[in-house]
Amino acid sequence: MWNRISKHHLFWPLMVLAALLLFNLIYKPAFFSIRIQGGHLYGSLIDILNYGAPLILVAIGMTLVIATGGIDLSVGSIVAISGAVACLLVSKSADQNSLGIVLTAVAVSLGLAIVCGLWNGVLVAGVGMQAIIATLILMVAGRGIAQLVTSGQIITVSSNPYEYIGAGWLALLPFSIFIVAAVWLAAAWLTRRTALGLFIESVGSNATASRLAGIRSRSVIFAVYIFCGLCAGMAGLILSSNVSSADGNNAGLWYELDAILAVVIGGTSLNGGRFYLSGTVVGALIIQTLTTTIYMIGVPPEITLVVKAFVVFAVCLVQSEKFRNVLTSKWRKRRYQAEREVTHHV
Amino acid sequence: MTEQNPILDMRGIHKRFTGVVALKDVKFRLFPGEVHALMGENGAGKSTLIKVLTGVHDINEGTVTMEGKQLAISSPLEAQEAGITTVYQEVNLCTNLSVAENIFIGREPRRFGRILWKEMNRRAEQLLAERLNVSIDVTLPLASYSVAVQQLVAIARALNISAKVLILDEPTSSLDANEVRELFTVMRKLKEQGLAILFVTHFLDQVYEISDRISILRGGEFVGEYLAAELPRIDLVLKMIGKDLHLLAELPKSGSKEESRNGEAFLQASSLGRKGAIEPYDLNIARGEIIGFAGLLGSGRTESARLLFGADRADAGELTVEGTGGKIDSPRQAIRQGIAFCSENRKTEGIIADLTVRENIVLALQASRGWFRTISRKRQDEIADEYIKALNINPKNPEQLIKNLSGGNQQKVLLARWLLMEPKLLILDEPTRGIDIGAKAEIQKLVLALSRKGMSVLFISSELEEVLRVSDRIAVLRDRHLVKMMTAEEMSHENVMKAIAGG
Ligand SMILES: Nc1ncnc2c1ncn2[C@@H]1O[C@H](COP(=O)(O)OP(=O)(O)OP(=O)(O)O)[C@@H](O)[C@H]1O
Ligand SMILES: [Mg+2]
Repeated sequence: MWNRISKHHLFWPLMVLAALLLFNLIYKPAFFSIRIQGGHLYGSLIDILNYGAPLILVAIGMTLVIATGGIDLSVGSIVAISGAVACLLVSKSADQNSLGIVLTAVAVSLGLAIVCGLWNGVLVAGVGMQAIIATLILMVAGRGIAQLVTSGQIITVSSNPYEYIGAGWLALLPFSIFIVAAVWLAAAWLTRRTALGLFIESVGSNATASRLAGIRSRSVIFAVYIFCGLCAGMAGLILSSNVSSADGNNAGLWYELDAILAVVIGGTSLNGGRFYLSGTVVGALIIQTLTTTIYMIGVPPEITLVVKAFVVFAVCLVQSEKFRNVLTSKWRKRRYQAEREVTHHV
Repeated sequence: MTEQNPILDMRGIHKRFTGVVALKDVKFRLFPGEVHALMGENGAGKSTLIKVLTGVHDINEGTVTMEGKQLAISSPLEAQEAGITTVYQEVNLCTNLSVAENIFIGREPRRFGRILWKEMNRRAEQLLAERLNVSIDVTLPLASYSVAVQQLVAIARALNISAKVLILDEPTSSLDANEVRELFTVMRKLKEQGLAILFVTHFLDQVYEISDRISILRGGEFVGEYLAAELPRIDLVLKMIGKDLHLLAELPKSGSKEESRNGEAFLQASSLGRKGAIEPYDLNIARGEIIGFAGLLGSGRTESARLLFGADRADAGELTVEGTGGKIDSPRQAIRQGIAFCSENRKTEGIIADLTVRENIVLALQASRGWFRTISRKRQDEIADEYIKALNINPKNPEQLIKNLSGGNQQKVLLARWLLMEPKLLILDEPTRGIDIGAKAEIQKLVLALSRKGMSVLFISSELEEVLRVSDRIAVLRDRHLVKMMTAEEMSHENVMKAIAGG
């Protein structure tokens, strides 16, 4: 029974998440408390979910891309583009509070995000470029586009409907959590209730054999890059709405790396093949909790990155079955040799 | 020979994988200067014993002694350093590197740290020519050669290391008769030099031709060790299978098949060809007909089959399926027309290693149904159970990852994938490769039964006997030409051999 539990792919990610959360108790005894105030839930856990929402979204999209054996480095830039375009449209309009305007802005930026994903898909599946190179193009160019859109400045908006996306509340919870839940459910449905998941894992595990089995690997690859772009677009909207502004230079910076990390922590191999959406969500929560923790315990800003890197390194080690085996087998071997010596003397 | 001490002695070997006991108290000895055949059905544990010996897997229990010293090998590298070199069942080379690089990888001749490419190529050429009698361009990437040539390169690579023990796990399964003979010449030479050779094969003839001693495994357990000269063939089979082998009874000769066919053509290829792969050829396949492809390695058998399936695009000629001049330029289109292709390249073109047996079986069917018309999980389970039973796939667990199955069982899963499609034309490229004698007879029977029901079959095999047994007509290929189409009356071992040799 214990064996079954500890072999489950969520076991180690959940353990790490639990450990990180418990660690926070030392610094903030009220860390786990959640209170209701004005019909909303407040508390550190809610904050983590809320601030983690964009990363979870991006990581979900990234999971499917990685499962096909690819990678998408351009998500950070798509985050910036989508936020910038939406904010530009809203801020340029006569009535920033008009729901119609905001909806149009949202539709346009999500449309652009899809076009970005399509572009990646064309390069990877159509032209046959290596994913890391293909998406590097948009990573660099996309950042430039975002800076052009914002003219290198920060665009601020003051629009209630727009703010609602990232900072509003629905019933007890922040609205962004509902967006994440919806996307997660959609992704899970698409991949586990249709055959898409099987095809993605098949293409990622052995592309040649998949083609010979009659799978249209190209459309599968197109689909995952488009989906990934869309997820990044949504993340961009949430991020910019949260702060009511768009910063073409810094929005979504290094997001691709956090997302890739979340996917890997969640148990999906960078080689492609099997993927775990729930693992990715836990992975993203681990990263978000880590960030929150580092801020909370007041690590001096100049060494935050080092601390983060160190914890991530430790997490990856714990995750690695090989590493755990090495630890246990070292111990076993030593015992074995001692036994041999005893028998030798007898 | 027997009075000597064994160079290698394995005792009480146990190996467990999660849920499977692969080896139970197995022993194995190897003497210098002998060829020792390790025999057993698919999944008996032969490859596992080898992997345990060479440090690919660690041993759960048991001891390995080499030249009187106890060994604790925990990686293939250590095994090599101890003088044990191996050619694994699944050729493990880098197909995008050149032949020479593959032979010398990790041990390239160097001067001042720089690799001496010319020297390396020259030595590779010499090695292949002198010891294996193959002359090929060693600077081309390995991928440009057939599986069989790749296998020879793997053997050359193993020979190149100074070895005391050479392990060959089913080296001959993709070789044709001539190459097997050449390989055996090499093995005899090495044996005389005192090398101990462990040899795995499913071909009884080869066992008796080359080996001095035979060890038998059944279901992970050690059955016995015998001198080849003292173990009659029937006993060997009996001991491997553990029961009488009615399967080996003569198959009904295909000629006896009732003439249900009305000669209605299913597929017609006229001057179909592709530059550099196969010269334009004509081929008609009637409904329910079994066409055998015979020829040497690299004669273009696989290449011509790939054109019919759209795996490679033909650049000349026409293909007509069921009277309609449809173009086939992708496997997907071929599948839609009712054609299935079971590749000879199990690992790279067949299995999806990360997926389960069930998923591997339903893959092609699901692909033909698209994203949304899913096969319900219940139906998938039924299908998997049905084929696991029908083809006797072991272990009988549809949720096992296919990469954990033995080679022969993986092959059966791939066969199941295509049988499930109920194709009108089934192209089988070396379908019995790596399959034990019992299962081999079963598959041949299956092919005959399917053709009686109206399925056409294109049967490619390096085993001439097998081709002769199942085929209605045989196409002989030589040097990338289809040189002769033989009718049932002309078909005989001698005639086919003559045509292959170009008489
Ligand atoms: N990594 C693994 N995990 C789980 N089971 C395994 C693994 N490797 C092998 N097995 C199981 O161990 C058994 C023995 O397999 P093995 O590959 O040694 O058979 P074999 O005798 O070489 O068969 P073949 O003739 O088909 O090559 C099989 O039942 C197989 O499914
Ligand atoms: Mg084997």
